[in-house]
Amino acid sequence: MLTAKRLLVVAGLLLGLILAGSGVSADDERSIIVASTTSTANSGLFDALLPRFTEETGIAVHIVAVGTGQAFRIAKAGDADVLLVHDEKAGEAFVAEGFGAERRRVMYNDFVIVGSAEDPAGLRGMHDAPAAIAKIAETKALFASRGDDSGTNRAELRLWQETGTDPKHASGAWYREAGSGMGATLNTASGLDAYALTDRGTWVSFGNKGNLEILVEGDKRLFNQYGIIVVNPDRFPHVKAADARRFMTWLTADEGQAAIAAYRVDGQQLFFPNYLAPGS
Amino acid sequence: MNEFGDAFHTALVMIVSANPDLIEIVGLSLRVSLSAVVIAALLGMPLGAALAVFAFPGRRAVVVAINALMGLPPVVVGLTVYLMLSRGGPLGVLGLLFTPGAMIVAQVVLVLPIVAALTRQTVEDLWLEYREQLVSLGVTPRRAVRTMLWDGRITLLTAFLAGFGRASAEVGAVIIVGGNIDHLTRVMTTAIALETSKGDLALALALGLVLLAVSFAVNAAAQILRDMVVRAQG
Repeated sequence: MLTAKRLLVVAGLLLGLILAGSGVSADDERSIIVASTTSTANSGLFDALLPRFTEETGIAVHIVAVGTGQAFRIAKAGDADVLLVHDEKAGEAFVAEGFGAERRRVMYNDFVIVGSAEDPAGLRGMHDAPAAIAKIAETKALFASRGDDSGTNRAELRLWQETGTDPKHASGAWYREAGSGMGATLNTASGLDAYALTDRGTWVSFGNKGNLEILVEGDKRLFNQYGIIVVNPDRFPHVKAADARRFMTWLTADEGQAAIAAYRVDGQQLFFPNYLAPGS
Repeated sequence: MNEFGDAFHTALVMIVSANPDLIEIVGLSLRVSLSAVVIAALLGMPLGAALAVFAFPGRRAVVVAINALMGLPPVVVGLTVYLMLSRGGPLGVLGLLFTPGAMIVAQVVLVLPIVAALTRQTVEDLWLEYREQLVSLGVTPRRAVRTMLWDGRITLLTAFLAGFGRASAEVGAVIIVGGNIDHLTRVMTTAIALETSKGDLALALALGLVLLAVSFAVNAAAQILRDMVVRAQG
């Protein structure tokens, strides 16, 4: 029979294998985990920013890109050091509830409504976002929603609220909830020639636009603010609070803000730094 | 649909130019999946063989359970391991979440039933054949398990490869527990998922071709090993 000693040897062997396979022990480098939105990760912004921060500070930044809703849940379990998300109200609540130590505005861009060039609901050139999606509902044209409780999904649902229409009644009919990230939802919209709400950053850098183009933009209600939140070390003693704060400070100081402004895809600026802007 | 042509071209260029990012991702894929399969084999092969040789009440139920677990959905395994390794979970103090270690743990859970079930079948067939002989020689069941595993080693290589195939091809579990972090937990399948979501379908498909090539290489290596063993036995 297996003796306790042999069990111990086996357990030790397995743990050794796991650690050897992982190749990285927890302490051999300084690093923080940032839970972020798929929109910032898919746009390529981090690839431009993070190497500069890491070179300057020696702190590696590990991005976990998920929907804003899931990012908050990861942080509330204490599994991330920093949040970089949209949905300002949820961010403020996160700090008020004691999960976050400090929140700062970082940058903004805007949402746009994209759709096929044929534009069956006739949205082209509209600047009133709720009126535009109300027309989609009226004509029962296909609409691809994130359906994943992300910041973009929440922004979309706020627009629907203004129209007084509840699209969930038509879920599975003309209202298609992809339950996926921004890019996957755009793939769905591209395949169905459906309308979709997307942040401009993901849209510009998206490679499978197919027949889709921007139809509605420029409504104040399509404003999309990104904020950075340092997870509260009083609540989760294991978070790397000092390095997390360093990242927030860097991103909101002149250098980080300038780097955000300088990031371009196809000559187009995707994010607009606004930590120092009035009202922030 | 010129994606296929683009994909082949991109895949070839990446392989020929030994793209450093690609090498890092392939290396991590191999390290994670091979570690997981080795651990699963160390646990699952003795378990499967014991199930074939030892008779005990409830054995059939255990066999059915292990066979059923071969169909575990990776995303469910990922979620379960995530909750265990989360800071709020029972194993949170290990700090393994969002590391390659977490990915290995999840893949061990996925692969273990496959290795155990295939081992059980192999050993049971051998046991039916040699049982009388071994019992008449006075071999204890524990000793028989070891003999059967050694005798079936060539067939068991297939169990190992089936486990490796499952581990290296799945995306649902590793993307949840690993987080698809660049230069840390990004493997072939999560990179493919990422490029798909960026709408770069040609690059995603090219990575898929590379994954196929890696899988081919591992299986070819196993075949060569098997031939060498067979030849050595004369």
